Amino acid sequence: MEAMRPLNQASRQEIGLHSQNLFLLLVLGVLWGVFHLLTLGQPGQFLSPQNLWNLSVQTAVVAILVGGMVLVIVARQIDLSVGSLLGFTGMAMALLQAVPPIGEGWPWPLALLVGLALGTGAGLLQGYLIAYLGAPSFIVTMAGLLVFRNAAYLIAEGRTIGPLQDGFLVLGGGLQGSIGPFWSWVVTLLALAYTLGAVWRGRWLRQRHGLPVRPLWLDGLLSLFLAGLFGGFLWVMNSFPHPVTGQGRGIPVPVLVALGVLIFLHWLSQRTRFGRYVYAIGGNPEAALLAGIPVRRIQVLVFGLMGLLSGLAGAVQAARLAFVPTGMGTLLELYVIAAAVVGGTSLAGGSGTILGAALGALIMSSLQNGLVLLGVPTEWQNLILGVVLVAAAVWNARFHRRRS
Amino acid sequence: MTPLLRAEEISLRFGGLQALDRVSFDLYEGEVHSLVGHNGAGKTTFIRVLSGVYAPQEGRLLLRVGQELREVRFASPRDAQRHGIETIHQNLALADNLDAVANVFLGRERARRFSLDEEAMEAEARKVLERVGARLPSLRVPVHRLSGGQRQAVAIARALLFRARVLIMDEPTAALGPGETARVKALIRSLREEGLGIILISHDLHDVFNLSDRITVMKGGRVVGTVRARESSQEEVLGMILAGERKG
Repeated sequence: MEAMRPLNQASRQEIGLHSQNLFLLLVLGVLWGVFHLLTLGQPGQFLSPQNLWNLSVQTAVVAILVGGMVLVIVARQIDLSVGSLLGFTGMAMALLQAVPPIGEGWPWPLALLVGLALGTGAGLLQGYLIAYLGAPSFIVTMAGLLVFRNAAYLIAEGRTIGPLQDGFLVLGGGLQGSIGPFWSWVVTLLALAYTLGAVWRGRWLRQRHGLPVRPLWLDGLLSLFLAGLFGGFLWVMNSFPHPVTGQGRGIPVPVLVALGVLIFLHWLSQRTRFGRYVYAIGGNPEAALLAGIPVRRIQVLVFGLMGLLSGLAGAVQAARLAFVPTGMGTLLELYVIAAAVVGGTSLAGGSGTILGAALGALIMSSLQNGLVLLGVPTEWQNLILGVVLVAAAVWNARFHRRRS
Repeated sequence: MTPLLRAEEISLRFGGLQALDRVSFDLYEGEVHSLVGHNGAGKTTFIRVLSGVYAPQEGRLLLRVGQELREVRFASPRDAQRHGIETIHQNLALADNLDAVANVFLGRERARRFSLDEEAMEAEARKVLERVGARLPSLRVPVHRLSGGQRQAVAIARALLFRARVLIMDEPTAALGPGETARVKALIRSLREEGLGIILISHDLHDVFNLSDRITVMKGGRVVGTVRARESSQEEVLGMILAGERKG
């Protein structure tokens, strides 16, 4: 029988250090270091403001989607339709802005809203078929993959649709798509203040309830790390000059959207009933049912959320391209699932974190970005991505076996 | 004396299978009333009716309110919990990937305006786990990392958190070693002293006789009979389990 530890001594789990996420951070660091050394002296170095700024925009679409996919997989489901749904909603938004069936060019905010509603509706419908009618998610969303892709083709009559309105293009992070140095300062400082506030308020709350807390030095170190991270991010974003004004570009809007989504989903998964129930359903569906958790409703909502995020990612991707082709987002669901798996999400359900998946998305896009800088041909890039995915899956399996 | 809980002629069919056939049962304050019978006798199905998992197709459930019995219908397990009926299901029904705090409060989380109040939940979970005499290495590791006894403690803590009047335990000692079994038995006795009504399902007739005031035997979805533990014997109960009828 284990003895009770002294109450003021927190265990590693209570400290909230997830060894898996620390490992991912390490992998990312090594990856960046290696790519930097290999591209040293080239015009496009890996660790340059320009490349990191580009990398952040390249990661944005997958980053918007991956958090939703984590929740889907944690709940023991899968969603193969996200790439097609992204294409369909993106196409719908493009059509409404450029060549709508009724009237002329709808204002882009309205087109955006319709796109998000379409995505959410499609997600909810798939969720309903899965949760209430008992169809397996693999099949339902594979059907969704076919249906939405071809619906995109049909509504566009096979054409590429554009151009999109200027206000909408801001979402894509192009020349007008960043918030500039001043607002980047404001946003970053607010985010840092909030994050540090959460760390120290949490500590204060735990002390007030007489619960074990992290050692002071660790919270101090964590705060310094966060300040450094946010500062570094701000510096990179403000150091890549705009070609016309010469000023720093600041945070790209799609990156802002992705970060907002990830922070929201992190909070949703860790600090709300909804998130708690998603994990409970994934861990033990019967226990969830016996605890009175509305399992089916939660499942429907998870797919609805995934649909909403697909619509949002569809808007960002459409805005990046300015002209929307019928094949937009093809195979993207596979990249999103891959990012979630690399980020430590187990397909068995019940485990996976938003933070880990965000790191997974960044690792995958860093690989792609670095390989492009090195001039590695596309075929080799995809082959290497596949090998990395398998390696991550094997490592995950070992990690989970050791735990149980 | 009015019983805490009374089931009258409860029937339940799953398709063609008569899972419960006019089951009647009652439970008094400060009583341990055991359910015994073979697998498939309907014990677990019956307690799932009592805990709001299944709604009976026929029959009535009555609960004591003040000094009188009043009919209740449970739309969900949470409904039964609101009426003070707590259940520790077989295999404990824990979400293995969640920590002890999350499991203790699962389905009944404490929340501030926007988010879960983790600190309050952890502090309360700590208290109730101490009450059941649990020694956990940490409240914040996934419970699959805990031993059988520790997991049992989490399941019991979960049931005791909300001032239960009726505690249903389905095979609470099946997965435990001898030391842990002894502690669970001591806990059952002390909860009985506190005035809880306890429904116990167990395969271990020795334990059943040791702990119970009354014993109800089920077979094939029907109640064979109810005996007082002090006035009966293991042989008699075993005979009822096997024969499906009460001799003499």
